[in-house]
Amino acid sequence: MLTYLIRRLFAAAVMLVVIITVVFCIFFLVPKWAGVDIASSFVGKQADPAAVEGVRQKLGLGDPIYVQVWEFFKGIFVGRTYAGGGDTIHCAAPCFGYSFRSEQAIWPVLTDRFPVTLGLALGAAVLWLILGVSAGVLSALKRGSLWDRGAMVVALAGVSLPIYFTGMLSLAIFVFGLHWFSGTYVPFTDNPGKWFTGMILPWVTLAFLYAAMYARITRATMMEILGEDYIRTARAKGLREPVVIRKHAMRSTMTPILTMLGMDLGALIGGAILTESTFNLPGLGREVLLAIRNQDLPVIVGVTLITSLAVLFANLVVDILYAVIDPRVRLT
Amino acid sequence: MTTQRTSGRRKQALAAAAAVAALLTTAACGGGGDDNGGSKNGAAGFDAANNKVAQASAVKKGGTLKFGGAQDADSWDTTRGYYGFMWNFARYYSRQLVTGKTEPGKGGAQLTPDLATGLAKVTDGGKTYTYTLRDGVTWEDGKPITSKDVKYGIERVWAQDVLSGGPTYLKEVLDPKGEYKGPYKDTSADKLGLKAIDTPDDKTIVFHLPQANSDFEEILALVSASPVRQDKDTKSKYGLKPFSSGPYKFESYSPGKSLTLTRNTSWKQASDPVRKAYPDKITVTFFSNANELDQRLLNGDLDLDINQTGMSPQGRTTALKQHKANLDNPVSGYIRYAVFPQSVKPFDNEHCRKAVIYGADHVSLQTARGGPVAGGDIGTNMLPPSVPGAEGQKYDPYELAGANKSGNVAKAKEELKACGQPNGFSTTIAVRNNKPVEVATAQSLQASLKKVGINAQIDQYDGSQTAGIIGSPSNVKKKGYGIIIMGWGPDFPTVQGFGLPLWDSKYILQSGNNNYALINDKAIDGLFSQYVTTLDDAGKEKIATQINHKVMEGGYYLPFVFEKFINWRSDRLANVYTTDNYSGMYDFVNLGLKSAS
Amino acid sequence: MTDLSKTGAALGEPVSGAAPSAFLEVRDLKVHFPTDDGLVKSVDGLSFQLEKGKTLGIVGESGSGKSVTSLGIMGLHTAGQYGKRKAQISGEIWLNGTELLTADPDHVRKLRGREMAMIFQDPLSALHPYYTIGQQIVEAYRIHHDVDKKTARRRAVEMLDRVGIPQPDKRVDNYPHEFSGGMRQRAMIAMSLVNNPELLIADEPTTALDVTVQAQILDLIRDLQKEFGSAVIVITHDLGVVAELADDILVMYGGRCVERGPADKVFYEPRHPYTWGLLGSMPRLDREQQERLIPVKGSPPSLINVPSGCAFNPRCPYADIPKDDVTRTVRPELAEVGSRHWAACHLSTEQRERIWTEEIAPKL
Repeated sequence: MLTYLIRRLFAAAVMLVVIITVVFCIFFLVPKWAGVDIASSFVGKQADPAAVEGVRQKLGLGDPIYVQVWEFFKGIFVGRTYAGGGDTIHCAAPCFGYSFRSEQAIWPVLTDRFPVTLGLALGAAVLWLILGVSAGVLSALKRGSLWDRGAMVVALAGVSLPIYFTGMLSLAIFVFGLHWFSGTYVPFTDNPGKWFTGMILPWVTLAFLYAAMYARITRATMMEILGEDYIRTARAKGLREPVVIRKHAMRSTMTPILTMLGMDLGALIGGAILTESTFNLPGLGREVLLAIRNQDLPVIVGVTLITSLAVLFANLVVDILYAVIDPRVRLT
Repeated sequence: MTTQRTSGRRKQALAAAAAVAALLTTAACGGGGDDNGGSKNGAAGFDAANNKVAQASAVKKGGTLKFGGAQDADSWDTTRGYYGFMWNFARYYSRQLVTGKTEPGKGGAQLTPDLATGLAKVTDGGKTYTYTLRDGVTWEDGKPITSKDVKYGIERVWAQDVLSGGPTYLKEVLDPKGEYKGPYKDTSADKLGLKAIDTPDDKTIVFHLPQANSDFEEILALVSASPVRQDKDTKSKYGLKPFSSGPYKFESYSPGKSLTLTRNTSWKQASDPVRKAYPDKITVTFFSNANELDQRLLNGDLDLDINQTGMSPQGRTTALKQHKANLDNPVSGYIRYAVFPQSVKPFDNEHCRKAVIYGADHVSLQTARGGPVAGGDIGTNMLPPSVPGAEGQKYDPYELAGANKSGNVAKAKEELKACGQPNGFSTTIAVRNNKPVEVATAQSLQASLKKVGINAQIDQYDGSQTAGIIGSPSNVKKKGYGIIIMGWGPDFPTVQGFGLPLWDSKYILQSGNNNYALINDKAIDGLFSQYVTTLDDAGKEKIATQINHKVMEGGYYLPFVFEKFINWRSDRLANVYTTDNYSGMYDFVNLGLKSAS
Repeated sequence: MTDLSKTGAALGEPVSGAAPSAFLEVRDLKVHFPTDDGLVKSVDGLSFQLEKGKTLGIVGESGSGKSVTSLGIMGLHTAGQYGKRKAQISGEIWLNGTELLTADPDHVRKLRGREMAMIFQDPLSALHPYYTIGQQIVEAYRIHHDVDKKTARRRAVEMLDRVGIPQPDKRVDNYPHEFSGGMRQRAMIAMSLVNNPELLIADEPTTALDVTVQAQILDLIRDLQKEFGSAVIVITHDLGVVAELADDILVMYGGRCVERGPADKVFYEPRHPYTWGLLGSMPRLDREQQERLIPVKGSPPSLINVPSGCAFNPRCPYADIPKDDVTRTVRPELAEVGSRHWAACHLSTEQRERIWTEEIAPKL
């Protein structure tokens, strides 16, 4: 188990370095190779030559590529200083870059937005797991029944309807129509109760989409597992059917669901862009949307990095949970 | 029997759909009770604040004025902001030597003294401007604002390598050769090394222009000429918390999320003839979803849109139906148009340009822009109606809003013949991919040109790369962009503030070019030179009219609309009016509330 | 039913509906599965008896209905079957005086694992991969015994020891994938026997194992049967397996019994051409000179469209001997061919005796 863990952690660390390099290349080197002046994209539309030169100096864009990559890496671990035009900006470690658009270091922005996204993703995940898995199990057990067909139609709707549609609809009904919720985000640390009520609609909207997907995969997996020999063995022992389902079938069904959950959570932490922008939640997704709109390259780079890290971390957790759930994994 | 049952079921479905629709409309309506006619306590009525003051008498001191917005400012640093709403909003926390009058419509475009005791004393043939500062003008810490603070604030425009983004007119007028390197590289002890400005004492400031520019005072009225105190200058981070010289100061600001201003207790009403400072507090909430912003305006959660660029199509439709009394429909100052780069054949020939102008269906272009209310009146020339010297639709050399408004095929074919292309030709329309309305106009144009034998392809380019793609004449030529769809609004309401970068040959740049048509007309250049040395308003207006005529006669542009917006004002607002100073936006600085609660 | 009761009587079997004297008695068992293609008649009228302490070998090709029969006895066609297409089961299954098909399902559930237990063909897939061997045996024990985990664990170790797993106190915490194939099957047997069941059904218990391990497992089953005195049903396609274990042998073809009798009779005086075929295809280690194996030609019958007449007729080399095409029109009933020995064939007893002694036996 320990060697397994160490191996996975090592793999994650290697991936991290690869990701950072790739992200750096995508955002800093590819435009350079394509002949686009990166510095001008940092200063906005009315690019005064002096302004472009200032950014070029601060970012060290005139330096050789390996120096730039090195500075970028170094910034993450020991921080870096941007100097140019008589102005010096220090960006403390971990420096994920500096936005010349809003004049802020990226890292504090990310740490400020992260809890919002985390709360959204985790809350919705709990909801969709409960809804999706139980609907999927019930459908599998009552396959062909009215319930099964109904649930699968709803699931299809859930998968097909875009978040901005369901989101706007729920806003129109519950916030602007019935006035059940205020529809404004209140940080958990300010008022947990208001945070909770403010998050209900986003949670439900997001969970609706994912619950649908999870119901479908749960149903399919469950039906497959129920055909396994060891389920027959469990029944041959004289186990009650509910125990067979709960203890034997569910545990195996959880494996693919866990894989999906890891990936989905990772991706969501990187930013539930649509949900956050629809409900105006100040999370990472909304941040990256604004960054794209404002051409705020460093923020896009920062969020991309954080997203990659989140996916990486989620995968690591899934790998470890895998080993806990499936003893066979430890050997591989 | 079966048909009956089916229709019964269909009825049920219809009823359900109707119920959802009803729910949505009531939801959208939110606020309830309606008053399209306008009333004293409720909404003032449609267009009640367009170029006139609505409900001025209802205003009470106090309360919280709530702005919402879909877009944060580029920067709240007075030196760095370029968005029109930022200039408008910056008057809350910054003062200038002179500023636009707080009057509706055209009045707002006239200047009035602010920090200065009067308008400039202009001497030396328009090359020297002298101002004296008022008594009692203070910073938010109570210290007096001096002429040196004004000079330092203006000097910051030279530090483009640190403070990028804002307008650079001051630099171009006061130091066209670029001799000064900006305060951060200034070697003099007081960092006040700019030679063009003298501050003989704390109350007096004198500007020495190398060449006269009759719009100089307009340029001084821009917020980029606001004072900044040297010991409070946080350089690139200044926009996160500017040090206030106005009636309000920054309490908190989180970029892209929210901004709160509270009263600056050091500001004295007696020292400020312009600002009334009615509310106690001003909040701005930023939304990532324009529809939600509109919903909150309709719902009464917010008072107005800080961006002032018009409501989104959805919110606009609901508002026009149910809350017309809360809307104003001002002219925005923007002209939306197509422009023909002369480097791309056959647009080097004016007859081919005119063939497009005549061939286009102007009504359908107007419809693509949003129709007469949300889109604007059919544009007939290239000077926005809010700019002095403009004639609006009265000047219509190609009868675009008259006889030829649906396109004149015969006339277009005549021009094609004159151009030597009797069977038409092929060309490419360049349009930003992030502006759906512009894409729609391109498609409309494409359709009507087909009728006269001009085959236009549409090329949607990355809208965020405008400067590099269509701002590069060599690229435009290479790509064969014969028609470019764009829009333009004045930085300040004069022909220079609008048209100089578009029409003067000096402004043909290799990148970041805005003279897309590559107009190189000695007559136009000459008129601009004449304009900057003409000091009387009547003379300036006359030249503005002449420049507009020259541009139109050349056939470089096909104007679509004199743009109009639908802007929302809540029931709570009092003393609301639009101003030409900020291109038809509400004048933020003197907005008040009807009740302090 | 009247017809059947008559033939049943002719076979010396008790009248339907009355409790039998035998420990296990199956009467006219039919297991049919509705599918999109039609009704699959996996078992179509099967009857047999089994006494305690005895072993019955059920032999046949795959798809002959052997496994379906065993699952039918265990009640696993109805337990936990979801969806609309349920198996249609009729007939009677009497276990120790209780008729299982009409009994309360929960009562049958309680019998499973305690009164009757099952060993499956592939222990790797039949054991849950996520639980240790110990956990699975403990679970099997605690369903039917109200004891704490510690006691159950002791019992599990004891059983593992009994089935010959070395270091059972350590191996008890291993997962199925950590066992070798033979060890896994031993563990499976330990799990089946943990509650001292009176009926043990072994479904192809050695098929998935190496030849050398096969013999060990068969020995183990035989020893355990002696020790526990259970009734055992061994299901296999390999006559060699039952040769070592079974007291009686039942040969199935196309969902029906074609020959039934004491093991030595079926081996040395088989009276059905299909049995001859099975014997011919059986590898024999006790012959010095191994002749070429004679497989049964053709493929197993479709269970949806069972051939009319004798189901074996398309593959039977002697189908044309009886007159009037009777093999293709009339289904042969089981008829007594010797003491406690039945076979279902249209050939006359003499014809079969002659063919066996003259044509078949010498080649074997």
